[in-house]
Amino acid sequence: MAIAALAGPTVTQEAPRKKSRIALVLLLPGIFYLVLFFIVPFISLVITSLQVPSETNFGQFDTAFNWQTYVDVVGQYSTQILRSFFFALLATVFALLFSYPLAYFIGVKARRWPLLQGLMLVLVIAPFFISFLLRTLAWKQILSDEGFVVSALKALSVLGPQDHITGTPVAVVFGLTYNFIPFMCLPLYTTLERLDVRYLEASNDLYAGPFATFRKVTIPLSLPGIVSGTLLTFIPAAGDYVNASSEFLGGSSSTMMGNVIQSNFLVQLNYPAAAALSIILMAIILVIVSAYVRRSGTDDLL
Amino acid sequence: MVAGSFAEAGADLELVGLHKRFPGFTAIDDLSLTVPAGSFFALLGPSGCGKTTTLRLVAGLEEPTSGQVLIGGKDVTGMKPFQRPVNTVFQSYALFPHMTVIENVAFGLRRRKVGDPVGKAHEALRLVELDHLAARKPLQLSGGQQQRVALARAVVNRPALLLLDEPLGALDLKLRRQMQLELKTIQTEVGLTFVHVTHDQEEAMTMADTVAVMNKGAIEQMGAPEELYELPKTVFVANFLGQSNLFTGPVVESTADTIAVDIAGTRIVVPNSRAQVHTGTVTVGVRPEKLSLLMENPVAVAGQNVIGPGRVIDVSFSGVSTQYIVEVPRLGSMVCFAQNMVFGPVANLGAQVWLSWMVDHGFGLADVAEQAGAKQIGTAEDLTALDSEAVV
Repeated sequence: MAIAALAGPTVTQEAPRKKSRIALVLLLPGIFYLVLFFIVPFISLVITSLQVPSETNFGQFDTAFNWQTYVDVVGQYSTQILRSFFFALLATVFALLFSYPLAYFIGVKARRWPLLQGLMLVLVIAPFFISFLLRTLAWKQILSDEGFVVSALKALSVLGPQDHITGTPVAVVFGLTYNFIPFMCLPLYTTLERLDVRYLEASNDLYAGPFATFRKVTIPLSLPGIVSGTLLTFIPAAGDYVNASSEFLGGSSSTMMGNVIQSNFLVQLNYPAAAALSIILMAIILVIVSAYVRRSGTDDLL
Repeated sequence: MVAGSFAEAGADLELVGLHKRFPGFTAIDDLSLTVPAGSFFALLGPSGCGKTTTLRLVAGLEEPTSGQVLIGGKDVTGMKPFQRPVNTVFQSYALFPHMTVIENVAFGLRRRKVGDPVGKAHEALRLVELDHLAARKPLQLSGGQQQRVALARAVVNRPALLLLDEPLGALDLKLRRQMQLELKTIQTEVGLTFVHVTHDQEEAMTMADTVAVMNKGAIEQMGAPEELYELPKTVFVANFLGQSNLFTGPVVESTADTIAVDIAGTRIVVPNSRAQVHTGTVTVGVRPEKLSLLMENPVAVAGQNVIGPGRVIDVSFSGVSTQYIVEVPRLGSMVCFAQNMVFGPVANLGAQVWLSWMVDHGFGLADVAEQAGAKQIGTAEDLTALDSEAVV
């Protein structure tokens, strides 16, 4: 302030520059964080993905420009890549189908009973209080061959005597859906909670029945919630390696990209392949997400 | 309404013994009325009197606790809003924010599968002079423009019955006047039945053929605007519709044509035909513009009521007229409007004046002012908030 006062007539011109300097100072920690923990690791990842095995030191890798690794991993793991996105898509669709009515009830129907609204929100968020690893393990127990679910389904002849649930794609998609429901539910709830029911009344007044009103008014007005919910579910689900791991709900027939990356990094110690797969995963998600956001209308999302 | 067809003309609306109770209070208490086809009907009342609830009951957005709603002679009480031949211009406009103006207007036509919805929507927008903004989103329009789009969106469906819920509330005075005229023109042109809810007495009187004054969930008085203004039947109507000078006292003389009421020693005469009650304690009144302000005590003339002397305690100039408040001992303060026939006020502050009016201009009310004065008026905000919640 003292300096500004001394500056005299130029004060008004100085003001905006001072403001931008403050903005820069405030941004600095964020920029520093992003550079250190995103840009640098990302460059390192790109470099690793292009490395070749060292000819002199076994187990070491030399810097090179070997883009052939990308071609190799896509050829080798195309099944797992496609499966990852298919599973993520299924989990997103199921989570949406399950969460929308739930979020609609909490956000719109339960407005008259704030207590019920609060209680139901707590129930949606409560699972976060327990590690998702533990919850997924619990599901492994529940769905295990000795568990009551399998025995009951076998008794009803839905499952054959040799069938399992754990280790199958069904269990993995179930696990993904279950784990991501809160991520779908909360953004949906926030948009539906703000939904002005007077629009629904107007639609009703203009000859639209319940179904037409839902399709023409409710869904478009809750689109921001649908878009952020599906993104929050699809992106992490596509790269998830816990549910599909054989230690949890998965098996050899349900391996996803995350598991392949994990095994390349930690078991096979094939760092270039793992790095290349990671970059491919990131790139595909980026393409899908930007196409999706563009189609559903960015102005609604922002 | 049959899909793809327009109503040939407005339909009449009949409400039979309508009750609507919300937890804790009664919004509509035994309401019965008939609105003839093709008329412009105004429901006028203070905030919270149940007029919006009445409209929502007609639109089907609210279910009556008991009673019936008939449109064109057909009982629609059990019908859903989208099945009723009714459209509403909402107080909040409720234009769909995700659709363009033209899509908003075409919405109802599309739902009913009317041919050429976009063409008809453009036609409706031309009627409200907004066709050039058809491609905009509602939030890009001003309040007045949004209001006109809301009107076009309802009128385009040619409903047998058009409900207007304080649609001009958000407009400034000039635009309000203009929209009032446009509404009236549209109503006459397309021959629809309009039911207009408002708390603005001037709006109700200028636009409607019939005005019903509502208070506490029931209709106090219904009739042509002039009739309601010149001959109010209750204290509420006398005070809500314009201003009134009211006096309460016992009837001391009764002839074949008139009754005379004693008000703290002053006799006020009212024609029998204009008094609702002829014996006991009655409240009589006169409109402020019917009063003449006199600077000296006039010679008693038959057919004139004179009170005074009183003292002018307030003079406020409003262009075409001047409002005087005259304090008359034992009678209280009276309001008098005088046309500005000369420059400046005719009586100055503190001047001693007499007030006179023709006996034929007075009226006698059915209820007594002191009791009626205790009536409390609820708040509309509570009611509307409850309304929108209750629909969910």
